[in-house]
Amino acid sequence: MPYIDKMKGPHALSGKEFTYCPGCHHGIIHRLVAEVIDELGIEGQTMMVAPVGCSVFAYEFFNVDGTVAAHGRAPAVATGIKRAMPDKVVFTYQGDGDLAAIGTAEIIHAANRGEKLTSIFVNNAIYGMTGGQMAPTTLVGMKTTTSPYGRKIENEGQPIHVAEVIKELRGVAYLERTKVDTPQDVIKTKAAIKKAFMAQINGLGFGMVEILSTCPTNWGLSPVESLKWLEENMVPEFPLGVFVDKVGDAK
Amino acid sequence: MEYKNLVEINQERCKGCGLCINACPKKVLGFSEGYNAKGYHPSEVQRPEDCIGCGFCYRMCPDVCITVKTLAK
Repeated sequence: MPYIDKMKGPHALSGKEFTYCPGCHHGIIHRLVAEVIDELGIEGQTMMVAPVGCSVFAYEFFNVDGTVAAHGRAPAVATGIKRAMPDKVVFTYQGDGDLAAIGTAEIIHAANRGEKLTSIFVNNAIYGMTGGQMAPTTLVGMKTTTSPYGRKIENEGQPIHVAEVIKELRGVAYLERTKVDTPQDVIKTKAAIKKAFMAQINGLGFGMVEILSTCPTNWGLSPVESLKWLEENMVPEFPLGVFVDKVGDAK
Repeated sequence: MEYKNLVEINQERCKGCGLCINACPKKVLGFSEGYNAKGYHPSEVQRPEDCIGCGFCYRMCPDVCITVKTLAK
């Protein structure tokens, strides 16, 4: 039986079982980041900063050194790590409650300074770990535990489009918004993450990928239904695309 | 019988979300009738003869349970 492995879990994942709910897209995004680390051959020189949120234990799942920052402060901690050790590849992994709510100042100024960091931003329009409260990225009319009649524009305003805010800053070298609800989009997201890492490795500046993701538990849908919900509701609100690309195509 | 492509699923790691079953274009996968230690119905290979080795299940699996193998030439 001479079978060879065609697709196998990446080496940069520690193999520890993920603590996420069934169908949560964090696992897919973890795997993509680990595959990119494998392909670039930077496993021994990569450091990560985990956020507060569902992915607070993310450093346990990767075979890289990492730490956890205070809520929202991952870009500030990563700035310190990168400036102390400029030869390391540093990335932050943040959710929308972390990056878009309490950490807005840190991400905007890290991007504006053009820090040589990579941020993986997982946008699922809700606070996952604390039980489905309204996040800044929650869609208008979406019901959460703190907006039981749906988000209203007159009370809470419109959802923040983080990628559109960040794209105006001049330190940004790569910025794209993608999703991971189909196998084709998973491939595109992997290419985007790779370019965001290349922006850092080539010393061009700040790289960020915003990934639209599902939260089946707090949306109250099954994993397969939530793929459809993401496609029908989140994609029209958060248009996909490349906003900044100073990296260019790889040879 | 030797199949050209082989999908191996780590059923004890599987959380039964069904994303791989939804992604498979040839309907090779399905939920198993039994339970794993976590209490989920894990995904299982039900029609291995139809597998084309596209790897969609591997790409969509959020828990890295799936390994896709192919026959060495």
